[in-house]
Amino acid sequence: MDELVTRVLNAAELAGAAYADVRVVETTQQSLLVRNGSVQAVSWTEDVGFGVRVVADGAWGFASSHRIDSEEAERVTRLAVQIARASALAKREDVDLGEPVVQRGSYRTPVEVDPFAVSLETKLELLLRADQEMRRVVGVTTTEVEAVFIRQRKTFASTEGSLLTQEIVETGCGIQATAVRDGEVQRRSYPNSVGRHQQTRGWEFVVEQDLVGNAPRIAEEAVALLSADPCPDEVTTLILGGSQVALQIHESCGHAIELDRVFGAEAAFAGTSFLTPDKLGNFRYGSEVVNITADATLPGGLGTFGWDDEGVPAQRVDIVREGLFVGYLTDRETARRLLRLLGPSPYVTGVSNGTSRASGWNRIPMIRMTNVNLLPGTWALEDLIADTDRGVFMDTNRSWSIDDRRLNFQFGCEIAWEIQNGRRTRMLRNALYTGITPEFWRSCDAVCNADQWVLWGTPNCGKGEPMQVGHTGHGAAPARFRNVRVFGKV
Amino acid sequence: MLGEAEARRLLLDALARSPAEQTELVLVSWNGALTRFANNAIHQNVAERDVQVLVRVASGRRVGCAVTNRLERNALERAVEQARAAARAAPEQPDFPGLPDPQPVEPVGGFDDALASASPDWRARQVQALLRLAGSDAVAAGALETGVHEVAVANSRGVFCYHTGTRLHFSTVIHADGGSGYAERAAWRLEGFDAVSAGRLAVERARKAARPREVAPGTYTVVLDPYAVQAVVGWMAYAGAGALAVQEGRSWMNGRVGTAALSERVTVWDDGRDLDGIPAPFDFEGVPKQRVVIVERGVPKGPVYDTQTAAKEGRQSTGHALPRAWPETASIGPIPTNVFLAPGDATVEELLEGVDRGLYVTRFWYTRLVHPRDCVVTGMTRDGVFWIEGGEVAYPVRNLRFTQGYVQALGSVEGVGAETYLLGDRFGAYRVPALRVAEFTFTGVTEF
Repeated sequence: MDELVTRVLNAAELAGAAYADVRVVETTQQSLLVRNGSVQAVSWTEDVGFGVRVVADGAWGFASSHRIDSEEAERVTRLAVQIARASALAKREDVDLGEPVVQRGSYRTPVEVDPFAVSLETKLELLLRADQEMRRVVGVTTTEVEAVFIRQRKTFASTEGSLLTQEIVETGCGIQATAVRDGEVQRRSYPNSVGRHQQTRGWEFVVEQDLVGNAPRIAEEAVALLSADPCPDEVTTLILGGSQVALQIHESCGHAIELDRVFGAEAAFAGTSFLTPDKLGNFRYGSEVVNITADATLPGGLGTFGWDDEGVPAQRVDIVREGLFVGYLTDRETARRLLRLLGPSPYVTGVSNGTSRASGWNRIPMIRMTNVNLLPGTWALEDLIADTDRGVFMDTNRSWSIDDRRLNFQFGCEIAWEIQNGRRTRMLRNALYTGITPEFWRSCDAVCNADQWVLWGTPNCGKGEPMQVGHTGHGAAPARFRNVRVFGKV
Repeated sequence: MLGEAEARRLLLDALARSPAEQTELVLVSWNGALTRFANNAIHQNVAERDVQVLVRVASGRRVGCAVTNRLERNALERAVEQARAAARAAPEQPDFPGLPDPQPVEPVGGFDDALASASPDWRARQVQALLRLAGSDAVAAGALETGVHEVAVANSRGVFCYHTGTRLHFSTVIHADGGSGYAERAAWRLEGFDAVSAGRLAVERARKAARPREVAPGTYTVVLDPYAVQAVVGWMAYAGAGALAVQEGRSWMNGRVGTAALSERVTVWDDGRDLDGIPAPFDFEGVPKQRVVIVERGVPKGPVYDTQTAAKEGRQSTGHALPRAWPETASIGPIPTNVFLAPGDATVEELLEGVDRGLYVTRFWYTRLVHPRDCVVTGMTRDGVFWIEGGEVAYPVRNLRFTQGYVQALGSVEGVGAETYLLGDRFGAYRVPALRVAEFTFTGVTEF
């Protein structure tokens, strides 16, 4: 590995690159899927390769290959420089990375039980038991149980002198029950939807989720939803469960604060952002109970690491402080651009806050959410419901959509309950809510406390061309929002 | 690019050394590059060479999978062993029908030497030309991707098939005066592609979309450009036109096969052999792709199948399997991947002429399934939406959110465009025309 890294960096300098970095990434993944009592997928994936990123003639080039050998290292590096020179045909300004970043060290996700040391038989037995518990419930038509274990080892080196090695371990799992009757289809998931909840932890994470213990409840709720009333169409008080708050943060805050989006890098695909630089430090994003951080140092998050893929150390950054918008997610290039645009201030340093990550060896690093968290408030969930005269409690995401500036959103939840006189009453199905991002967060008047705060994992965040599927974390607890449009007739 | 001979050698050698009762090997390679631009400059410019071998082994009805992107003999042996270990640990899959037997696969075109050799300079000069067209008063962003893909499938029952093709995908969003326009093209050959001519439409659309007015949510007649139509047909295909969704009772087709559920102007089929699409002659099990009519003159005819879903109904696979070894596709089941919506005979102007008051939509964005049985989807308009009055485009309007059952939308199609666009999709492509839809429900507006 060391030889390949050295060869790439030397070849890049010989070819005239002003800057070069190389990432060698080796990923092992085990994926298990049980469906309707049968093991549908037991899959082991090995993925190895390297990517070379260079600046030549003031512009970016990147090339990558799955072949790890000297000849390929030379070819890929020459191609990266050739591509950079082609980029220079249509550049507006030279790449500005600011001061060199020189970091050396290693990082390893702390795990209690290495998930790859647990036998396949043990894993499948747990998944099959959870599936069986769901299938015992009359009326359930489809069941799924999923688990994923990922180990990624990467080496990063740059012509500035950085040399870093990291081993990131992720573990994810989830169950899902679907019930179909008379043209109605209802689904329940646990701990989260879209297949699973995930953290940078070991097998202990799966054990803690207690999939088997929660399976009967999830299946019964799926069946009960078939007979539930649709969510009424009204403007009311909305309490969201923690995993839905996490998705709300991801879509309406996390993407909106990516500074590359703000500067238009995603204008043709993922979109731009309403949080333009003129709003930094003076825009009321939410109410005073809304405090949001981006924290790559939190143990267990999918956005937790030692260094990002530019070699910048993991850090914690304030994004929204008592409702005020105070920070972006930045990489080396956008941090410099923001400084040139706004000048130095308490919110603008010109130095990356370490959020540039690539989904693999064959992709360039770009700004990705780390762990973007709504900090806990003071309420117990029972007290919050008791404090609500009338409203709807919604939990577990079912559908999500938001416009390309991250303003108009509409989210659906798997399950909801009506709140009447401080009590959770009848179950509601097909519950949806819609709003405009800053209006919604300004209407937040309560966030639950640390007892209900969970560092949720989103392992399916799409961005970039070619598409990169990123893994992000979102700490969240249930929260209450006033005057929200909810509906359920679809 | 490996080439057929090397792919055959690799797979047959690994097959010969596999001790498993049944072994299937799928080789997927991609050698491609993508030039991305924003703010009237190239800002990301990348190239990738990757090959994966997907392994599926079976012992009786015990099945295991593995994937590797290393082609050394010992790496492939390790992958087969990992798959065997998975199969040993797994209980039987009662509905596993065994690997398919070989069937003749006729080669199909889809490879273009000129496209295969597209260089970084060629892509950069295409982008340069587009940026010149945009000029100083418009801001262009987008991506131009070119590359060569290969797929080979071999199994221990004697299947071996190989296909290589080229692919180009171009998209651009142009912002001007507060409005935006969009253009997208997919192709497997270079001839006929020109970023400037595609981009010209986006520039014109952006200028027309400037200074939008607000329009109230409601149900309107809409004219949908092919980009928006692809989003509609795409969800119908993905969420309901595969046999697994139908067998599990969650498809829009359930209870509608053989009935006049959609407008008689709607005919949809899947054809992996049509050179007007992005051709693929066989699926990820090595089964030749059949031409499958999914909707004929408004009547749903039935879904597409892979070997497993076909065996459940005692029929033959139509050649629409996705890879079982990829975690992200393991549970999707078969889906159409080379989709065509039959064109009509109208120009877009003629489609507009029939609208007294309504909306003309360039494209949809961030569409998500809200409820599967009517294929109810929510999403936003993007990059140009216009108020139609008296059969003509009157003025641009702000983007709207819709929540609409696509079954009902395709049940109220009043007109179909003559011109079709080939548009890219992860597993294949769609060729679709513009549509006029009598009733389409918008449930919200945004601020731009």
